Amino acid sequence: MKSLAELEAIRAKTLDKVAMRREGEDAIRVVVGMATCGIAAGARPVMLKFLEEIQKRNLQNVTVSQTGCIGMCRLEPMLDVLVPGKEKVTYVKVTPDMVSRIVAEHIVNGRPVQEYTIGAAEGK
Amino acid sequence: MDLFRAHVLVCGGTGCSSSGSAELIKRFEEQIERNGLDREVKVVRTGCFGLCEAGPVVIVYPEGTFYSRIHLEDVDEIVSEHLLKGRIVQHLVYKEKADEEQHLTLDNIDFYRPQKRLALRNCGVIDPENIDEYIAFDGYKALAKVLTEMTPEQVIAEVLKSGLRGRGGAGFPTGKKWQFAAASKADQKYMVCNADEGDPGAFMDRSVLEGDPHSVLEAMAIGGYAIGASEGYIYVRAEYPIAVKRLEIAINQAREYGLLGKNIFGSGFDFDIFIRLGAGAFVCGEETALMHSIEGGRGEPKPKPPFPAVRGLFDKPTNINNVETLANIPQIILNGADWFASIGTENSKGTKVFALGGKINNTGLVEVPMGTPLRDIIYKIGGGIPNGKAFKAVQTGGPSGGCIPAEYLDIAIDYDSLTSIGSMMGSGGMIVMDEDNCMVDIARFFLDFTVDESCGKCTPCRIGTKRMLEILERIVEGKGEEGDIEKLEALAKNIKATALCGLGQTAPNPVLSTIKYFRNEYEAHIKEKRCPAHHCQKLLNYEITDKCRGCTACARVCPVNAISGSVKEMHHIDTTKCIKCGSCMEKCRFGAIVKN
Repeated sequence: MKSLAELEAIRAKTLDKVAMRREGEDAIRVVVGMATCGIAAGARPVMLKFLEEIQKRNLQNVTVSQTGCIGMCRLEPMLDVLVPGKEKVTYVKVTPDMVSRIVAEHIVNGRPVQEYTIGAAEGK
Repeated sequence: MDLFRAHVLVCGGTGCSSSGSAELIKRFEEQIERNGLDREVKVVRTGCFGLCEAGPVVIVYPEGTFYSRIHLEDVDEIVSEHLLKGRIVQHLVYKEKADEEQHLTLDNIDFYRPQKRLALRNCGVIDPENIDEYIAFDGYKALAKVLTEMTPEQVIAEVLKSGLRGRGGAGFPTGKKWQFAAASKADQKYMVCNADEGDPGAFMDRSVLEGDPHSVLEAMAIGGYAIGASEGYIYVRAEYPIAVKRLEIAINQAREYGLLGKNIFGSGFDFDIFIRLGAGAFVCGEETALMHSIEGGRGEPKPKPPFPAVRGLFDKPTNINNVETLANIPQIILNGADWFASIGTENSKGTKVFALGGKINNTGLVEVPMGTPLRDIIYKIGGGIPNGKAFKAVQTGGPSGGCIPAEYLDIAIDYDSLTSIGSMMGSGGMIVMDEDNCMVDIARFFLDFTVDESCGKCTPCRIGTKRMLEILERIVEGKGEEGDIEKLEALAKNIKATALCGLGQTAPNPVLSTIKYFRNEYEAHIKEKRCPAHHCQKLLNYEITDKCRGCTACARVCPVNAISGSVKEMHHIDTTKCIKCGSCMEKCRFGAIVKN
């Protein structure tokens, strides 16, 4: 080890991998519905795509977790994005192609992708 | 892909390992793969979480769900329910009390809430065999800061200002020790880590080495820089195989990264660390005996002065620190001396790790700020005494310490308060005793330990403690004589004043403190030939009450035919024949036999 920069590089590289174990309540949470209905509708590739995008962008403050059936199986795969201090946003009929836009616009820039949300799908 | 959505942390400390956590890890990995989750879920083996009572312990992040007492077959359920479908397996979640229903995460369990984890901060959080994880949790940042921004004098001043005192027992200010070693002029100096944890019931050093070995390596390098040493030795007992293995892995990783070796951080500072294994002699925790042992000699102490800071290992100036002391150092450098000094009491700064054992519900490892009331440790964190029994005393400081009776439950624990009531901090073992423990027998137990462990070099320890033990053995067998207590006190005083090293000087402490607080128990044994706690076998009298149905089971099991009586009639014990083995009481199905 020759310099501080080298140490910092290792730190940064590993930090996002262990972030969920560090303290701090201000993390953005992506919660994917992964009951039988969700999985059957293709929730798993969606979730994997999320992990991939988060890693690609080196986002340290985002956790991805899963939850059970919310009851609207016809709209699966569904997922919630919870930004601390903001209202929960629910996306429906998500495909892996939609994920990078959700990450870029909503998680990074704080602007929910209106057309993918449950409000848009249900016409309200 | 390296990013995982969930981490399954399985405790790999000695406690949980012996209840099978290695098999759990294997099963988790198998099940996760079978369910196709291996790209999403990572299994990490960590160090000790502290709540050993509830082991094997598994924590699932990001939820932080705390699963306790996990069996192999439970793994399948956690994988198929929690990891696959996101449903927490309620019935496996740790519950504080049997009737509690809500699931708990680590931070809101009574056992953890009052704790402040500095020395144990990474234990149970990181993978101890992965240096990258340590670095991600700010590891080696303190070493970098020291080597690139601070002079050795500044490092020592910072440690001095923090008020950190040795966690191995005596509580000597660490900064002062470093100052002395730095002041000695020599071509070679050494930094030694004392990991010869020998107190019965203490296992905090083992847990730090197993759960966060790099913190000790980093601190040794910082200390080496401060005192001008280029080599370090860790003296660890061979009875800690997991700790030794993880230390070896950690040293190799640190060397690979250049965090040990030549020219660290381009500063021109060289430092390397070597492991020496001890064979598990209690006396080798004494610093001069420890150094003899490292040199390849017999583990025997020698008189001080000269102190190790002047002439120590291989006759060179040496600084010796305990594992837990070292584990605090990187935090002090990173967060500053003022931060550290803001925790604790006036003369005892920071936190202390205690190993809770004996008659207590939550056996395990706890770390609390100095000045925490004993009552909080026993009742809030420890969960109180099992089976509704009454608290009698707690032994702190192992065989060198003393007991604290119930009247001092509200004492705020620090180095000085414990000394003032005749006990000591010691390494932090806390053995809790309830109403069924006989204090004379407790004193006998600890003295038996020190007699066994005495190296035999000096007479007071070799012969004096042996004589004391003989008197105690007589007392618990009902052969105590008038004047025994005074004899014990006189012997104790002489041994304390004349023994060569700390082992002998502190060996009489358990006897003295039990006499001080439980003199009436000694007197009952000696004068009335009675053990108030009904513990000492030889002083018990077994009696058959009228609950007896005359089944003859007791008479048949009695090895000396002391029980007489005919079928379906009440039996009797001939107390002159009875050898008080207790077999009859164990055998009786009607609870008709009592001891008093």
